[in-house]
Amino acid sequence: MIRVVHYINQFYGGIGGEEKADVKPEVREGVVGPGMALKAALGNDVEIVATVICGDSYFNENMEEASAEVLEMIKKYNPDLFIAGPAFNAGRYGVACGSICKSVKDSLGIPVVTGMYPENPGADMFKKDIYIIETANAATGMRQAIPAIARLALKLFRNEDIGTAAEEGYILRGIRKNIYNSERGSKRAVDMLLAKLKGEKFETEYPMPDFDRVAPNPAVTDMKKAKIALVTSGGIVPKGNPDRIESSSASKYGKYDISGVSDLTAETYETAHGGYDPVYANLDADRVLPVDVMRELEKEGVIGELHRYYYATVGNGTSVANAKKFADTFAKELVKDGVQAVVLTST
Amino acid sequence: MVKEIERVGIPVVHVCTVVPISLTVGANRIVPAVAIPHPLGNPTQSKEDEKALRKSIILKALKALETEVHGQTVFDK
Repeated sequence: MIRVVHYINQFYGGIGGEEKADVKPEVREGVVGPGMALKAALGNDVEIVATVICGDSYFNENMEEASAEVLEMIKKYNPDLFIAGPAFNAGRYGVACGSICKSVKDSLGIPVVTGMYPENPGADMFKKDIYIIETANAATGMRQAIPAIARLALKLFRNEDIGTAAEEGYILRGIRKNIYNSERGSKRAVDMLLAKLKGEKFETEYPMPDFDRVAPNPAVTDMKKAKIALVTSGGIVPKGNPDRIESSSASKYGKYDISGVSDLTAETYETAHGGYDPVYANLDADRVLPVDVMRELEKEGVIGELHRYYYATVGNGTSVANAKKFADTFAKELVKDGVQAVVLTST
Repeated sequence: MVKEIERVGIPVVHVCTVVPISLTVGANRIVPAVAIPHPLGNPTQSKEDEKALRKSIILKALKALETEVHGQTVFDK
């Protein structure tokens, strides 16, 4: 019997949504939630002996502590194999799955597999350390994700040869392997070139890594004269959410005039974000978008001026392409408006 | 979004709770925050203490904007 321990978050564990995202790790014997489908996909030789459940916010806010606690729980069940998630495009869940997989692999030396959407921040953080099956961006992709995770997990357990990322369905790990090919490199290169010239499909043997890094700009030299703008991915909007920014997978951002506003109150502002417990932000949105303090610093002369507009969107499963497009548009406005620095807050 | 703002030539500081995510995304100036649902506050404190806490984080963020950096830098002191 192959012993498996499975890790899921508070949502899949049936404990609750965002209001329960701060729950500490707990362990339950047997399968919970998506563990059912996973057990079926793993087959009869496999037993999911325990499921560890932890709140996404708790894990991400206390990464070291939470990792250690979860690892202790997993260890007790003496697993042969560890599976986490899948997390799809849930950022905190993905970071938790990746981080716990890595720590199980490093300290217990057993095979580990998880699943994520490639834009999940957890994918970039851990794809070099562990196998992450590429999934859809939402739980609707569960039926495709589970069999792929089970298949790869069993292969790893049986020490079978692992195929390429495309064959096995995992996210590229940046590992190169020497293989024999029946054709020489020169011929393969010319074949690719000919295909390209004809406008046909071809597959490169060496995709260039995507390092999208922007070098830091010079520091602000005179803060007392600087115009500072606030931007947030925490979804702070005027009460009633006039632009109807979506609570997840946002397709737009808002630009809001705060001239004359020196404090965000429960009556005037709220959050549109559906990816964290909104209670605290709805009571006092300054906890996410610090208008009160910025106003004070403006009065004290610490900064020159708080920019008249702030920009906000909901960073919850929002695609990188959308976020890039929003910021590309409003960053140009910020330049035009003479803004010298930005404080961007995220939840 | 931090990268697009930086790209147009405006220095930007990312105030966020999960620093590893900010590092992955590519922010250059990073200031750690309090907690996911209230990065710049702490509802267990009094209004005054909470505002002082918020101010201290923002002052740290402004300090980060006034500091020359050559790569990703976390201002956690």
